[in-house]
Amino acid sequence: MSGFFSETFLAALLFGAVTAAIPLLLAGLGEQMSEKAGVLNIGIEGMMITGAYLGFVGAYYSGSFWLGFLSGAAGGVAVAALMALLCVRIGLNQIVIGIALTLGFEGLTALLHHFQFSKSYPRLGAVQVTPIPLLESIPIIGPALFRQHLIVYLSIAMVGLMVWIYRRTQLGLNLQAAGDKPAALDVAGIDVIRTRTIAVLFTGGMAGLGGAFLANVGAGLFIPFITNGAGFLGIVLAMLARGRPVWVLAGALIFGVCLSMTTAAQVAGVNIPTDVIQMLPFLAVMAMLVLFGRRASLPAALGIPYERGVR
Amino acid sequence: MRATTLDASAGQTLRQDIGRRMAITVGPILVSLVLAGCVLLAVGVNPVAYYGFVIERGLLSPLGLQQTLTRMAPLLFIAAGLIVAFRAGMWNLGGDGQFLLGAVTAAASAPLLVQVLPGWLALLTAFLMATIVATVWSLVPALLRAYQGVNEIITTLMMSFLGVSLANVLVKLVFLDPGTTVPQTRTLPVADRLPRLFDTTITSGLVFGLVAIVAVHLVMTRTAFGLKLRTVGANPRAAVHAGLSVPLLTVAVFAISAALIGMGGAIDIIGVQGNVRADWNPAYGMAVIPVVFLARMNGFAAIGFVFLLSVLSIGGESAARRLGVPQTFTLVLVSIVLITLAVAEYLDHRYQQARRA
Repeated sequence: MSGFFSETFLAALLFGAVTAAIPLLLAGLGEQMSEKAGVLNIGIEGMMITGAYLGFVGAYYSGSFWLGFLSGAAGGVAVAALMALLCVRIGLNQIVIGIALTLGFEGLTALLHHFQFSKSYPRLGAVQVTPIPLLESIPIIGPALFRQHLIVYLSIAMVGLMVWIYRRTQLGLNLQAAGDKPAALDVAGIDVIRTRTIAVLFTGGMAGLGGAFLANVGAGLFIPFITNGAGFLGIVLAMLARGRPVWVLAGALIFGVCLSMTTAAQVAGVNIPTDVIQMLPFLAVMAMLVLFGRRASLPAALGIPYERGVR
Repeated sequence: MRATTLDASAGQTLRQDIGRRMAITVGPILVSLVLAGCVLLAVGVNPVAYYGFVIERGLLSPLGLQQTLTRMAPLLFIAAGLIVAFRAGMWNLGGDGQFLLGAVTAAASAPLLVQVLPGWLALLTAFLMATIVATVWSLVPALLRAYQGVNEIITTLMMSFLGVSLANVLVKLVFLDPGTTVPQTRTLPVADRLPRLFDTTITSGLVFGLVAIVAVHLVMTRTAFGLKLRTVGANPRAAVHAGLSVPLLTVAVFAISAALIGMGGAIDIIGVQGNVRADWNPAYGMAVIPVVFLARMNGFAAIGFVFLLSVLSIGGESAARRLGVPQTFTLVLVSIVLITLAVAEYLDHRYQQARRA
């Protein structure tokens, strides 16, 4: 038992938690912008799996993690463009299209992977870390938090960027209005469709990036259905965060610790079937929804397509 | 609710209207088959050969057709469950979890029950237990939606992920058959399963499925209870105003929907499969959603579309083996059907508006 709480163990635990939290953070921040603007983006799981697949393929063939992240984000944006076209522009039911995109791209990526790699699952090389001088030498926290891939720091910096956008910019106000009272935004002379399209495309980019991180950094390989509901967890994070990016970060870290603890317990020799581990984040989500569900608040016009002149 | 949102308002019975409905139903199916065929072409598979195998195996060969009709049994129950939920305006997307938990309950109990009870009573008990387990599983999202206003789309999805994993845990740890090394539940002997129809291999579960979906259709369209549920679906505020207890009806909708889906799981086990293997998840729940939309939530129409899905499912399995196309292709097809259907409804809506203007 003494080894259970050793320094290296705790550092590994924390490191795993951050690695597990980043995809959820990216998905949650992305979904948050869509929800703010009034689009419930159930298709985020489809955007994430596309990002994971293209992110992996990009990194695998180019040998560069950055090109992988780029192609992952681009893949997410491409799926989001489809969503924006169908749900924002012509106003189809967001839930039906969201389910369709999730199912379709889960199937399509599995299909493409099958024809490309058959039953083999090639791995990427080791992740290049960018240690932050001084901070990295703090015991436990140093190796866990400050010896990560550059994208991890950038993802966490995104939280600050989002806070700034929502609080200090015109775009932030427009997004908020597009979700709460789109007609008012329209009267003010701002294009609701355009505002919402921006939000959906941003969600796609973030989800795609999150998927690429999940595959390339988290797992080092692509397996069909690898996201396994991470996008949906992002939706819950966005719901519970009530529009606050910092809460998304906090929530993502809680889930990250949850996921990392079970992996760590397995490594430490506790015999837990993987199915139980897969259940834990969802159990945590349900517990949070039961406890705080009443306080989850969503924009008034969420899920309602905007059509000028229709009450 | 806007007309583009796939609602099931009963239309006029004009011949023109029927023709229009046929067009916006058959049209999307054909377009989807073509688009999905393009996906096959892109990965280097001949779509004509694929669809040929599907039709040959799923529809034309006698054995395949019997398998198709057998596959319909669980799908009909799921369709019935989804019709109840969707007509009442609730998104039960937890079908896969409810189905698998029902299946595992039936698989765990039936082989033991047949040793102590007469055959039919054992099957009935297992069937009811599966129904109860699936119903209980839907209580969390139901109560959260009814009394806390938590979005049921998310909660049912979460519960579905949980349910699928829990079913696996149960199979691997609790109900493991000690007699084999394969991780699976005890097997219900073939002789004790639901009887086959006449001299065929078609399960009698098909009859139960047909009864269930017709009953659901009649309850939803011909009874006061069905009207109440549809009122909640059409306008929850108006339903409150009319004095209906919306929270209670919400819980009832989820309970009935999950019960029917759980029955689907049970009927598949006690009729066909006999046991549940570890990691078995046919994911019927999601595949049936477009079927219900294509049928405009009409039970009788749903029977026809369930048959089509069944042909695709059985034929697809055979085509998958012969052409090396993984089963995930079905997901792609299902998703394209959903999208083209929604687009067709939209175009139809625009066309109607333009004609009226």
